[in-house]
Amino acid sequence: MTPLLALSQTAINFTYLVAAVLLIVGIRRLSSPPTARSGNWIAAVGMGIAIFFTFLDPDITSYWLILAGMSVGTVIGVASARLVKMTAIPQMVALFNGVGGGAAALIAAAEFHRIAPDPGHLSGDTIGAMLFSALIGSISFSGSLVAFGKLQEILPGRPITFTGQQLANGFLFAVLLGFGIAAGTTEQGIWMVLLLLGALLFGVLLVLPIGGADMPVVISLLNAFTGLAAASAGFVLDNTALIIGGTLVGASGTLLTVLMGRAMNRSIANVLFGAFGAVPSGGAAAPAASADGKSYREVTAEDAAVMLAYAQRVVVVPGYGLAVAQAQHAVRELADLLEARGVDVKYAIHPVAGRMPGHMNVLLAEAQVPYPQLFDMDDINPDFPRTDVALVIGANDVTNPAARDNPDSPLYGMPILNVDQAANVVILKRSMSPGFAGIDNDLFYEPNSAMLFGDAKSSVEKLVAAVKAA
Amino acid sequence: MSAQLLNNITVFVLAVFIGFEIISKVPTMLHTPLMSGTNAIHGIVLVGAMLIAGSADSDLEKALAFVAVVFATINVVGGFLVTDRMLEMFKRKPSKPDPE
Repeated sequence: MTPLLALSQTAINFTYLVAAVLLIVGIRRLSSPPTARSGNWIAAVGMGIAIFFTFLDPDITSYWLILAGMSVGTVIGVASARLVKMTAIPQMVALFNGVGGGAAALIAAAEFHRIAPDPGHLSGDTIGAMLFSALIGSISFSGSLVAFGKLQEILPGRPITFTGQQLANGFLFAVLLGFGIAAGTTEQGIWMVLLLLGALLFGVLLVLPIGGADMPVVISLLNAFTGLAAASAGFVLDNTALIIGGTLVGASGTLLTVLMGRAMNRSIANVLFGAFGAVPSGGAAAPAASADGKSYREVTAEDAAVMLAYAQRVVVVPGYGLAVAQAQHAVRELADLLEARGVDVKYAIHPVAGRMPGHMNVLLAEAQVPYPQLFDMDDINPDFPRTDVALVIGANDVTNPAARDNPDSPLYGMPILNVDQAANVVILKRSMSPGFAGIDNDLFYEPNSAMLFGDAKSSVEKLVAAVKAA
Repeated sequence: MSAQLLNNITVFVLAVFIGFEIISKVPTMLHTPLMSGTNAIHGIVLVGAMLIAGSADSDLEKALAFVAVVFATINVVGGFLVTDRMLEMFKRKPSKPDPE
């Protein structure tokens, strides 16, 4: 079949230049709140241009495979993006990232298969790029799937570790390099298959030991990986659109990963190899510091409502529990009621509250909470000693004073909201079970803390009713 | 080193610098949407998948390329739509006139 309308490679490259400019402008606008939404669409238009003009590439001789694949992909993409609940968006991002990496690996595999029967024709750098794309793409694919499984709670969220894990990972990586060298020198398919399978295994092993609040950082890192895999596929195909698009994501994704890590005071190496939330090596000391023998206080919704209604300053500390219960509208109602009574209500937003940075901002913005009431951690922390009631709604690890006070705690060093300094702390929680990081929260056993058990939404609704009656 | 390779490397190096520069100052609240937006952008790998799928000869290549096109399309379409849903939440209420 002859192409419908073949453009010269030069003309296509020109459209890629236009697309690249739009992608860059798009990312630029994505990093500032008022322009973010339009930035996303500008980038999408750039992408559309690149895709459309690729159809006119003289190398493309058959369209049905592309059109069939794009139809299937569009249906799945639209359905999953539209149907997913707001709370499940983090795992959706992980999944979309994973399939991108998978695509890069498959491109490398298909290209390798094409040259395999006739070795010796390609230059070393093309084969090197092919192998890199296969390696990184596969790691990103399986790693993202594990991240998805953890966030979706198909896999346990806490870190899965075993002795000698890092040694095993190092060994596997060395073996992968061996496979890569063998594939590159012999150009035989079997080595490519081994490389792909080994890289999939490596991706799983890389993400399994990571848990807790580190998950967003890992997804961001895998995002950068996929970018590099795509760029590498661009080297294989000599395609500037791929090189530019992939590299932009690889570079900005790396920087974003560092920024996220910094927001929670952790280095990337620490995230990858620190096994966040694993039992502290201090061993014997740890169990003594956990739940055993400590007591907590329970409070009824009515008592808590009275506390709130007659307070002067209330700080709401939202967390993942609020997102799960979709309690943001009820919280807004409660805050409105309190403000009508003259209570000063603020929201304290920890950089990594929820499952991803910005998660809480998104939810509270949905409930139309006025933006000036939202305070970042550094701005609100000095206020806690003057706060009458801190209302912790489904937040856990980000309030754990152990992160500040207990050097043995795996959380130690992570900046927290100093909720425990408030005169009273009311904690809305379903049960005494530990948070996402799997660590017991010392806050619950403080004398000024009181627990209000139940689903966050129904608890807040009870508080609303009780405040109305108070 | 071929001229093409040098070209590719030039483009790559410049893109690295741009990638670092354009997101130097991002407020925390935008970390997630930005991650999701850049996530959609590496869906550009679809261009590569199309080129492979459009010129595949053997059945194995066709199968690999088909899955690659499906995967990359999910990445692009899902990525941009999910990012837009997130950013929709930041929408300001109809802007009030400035306080007099």
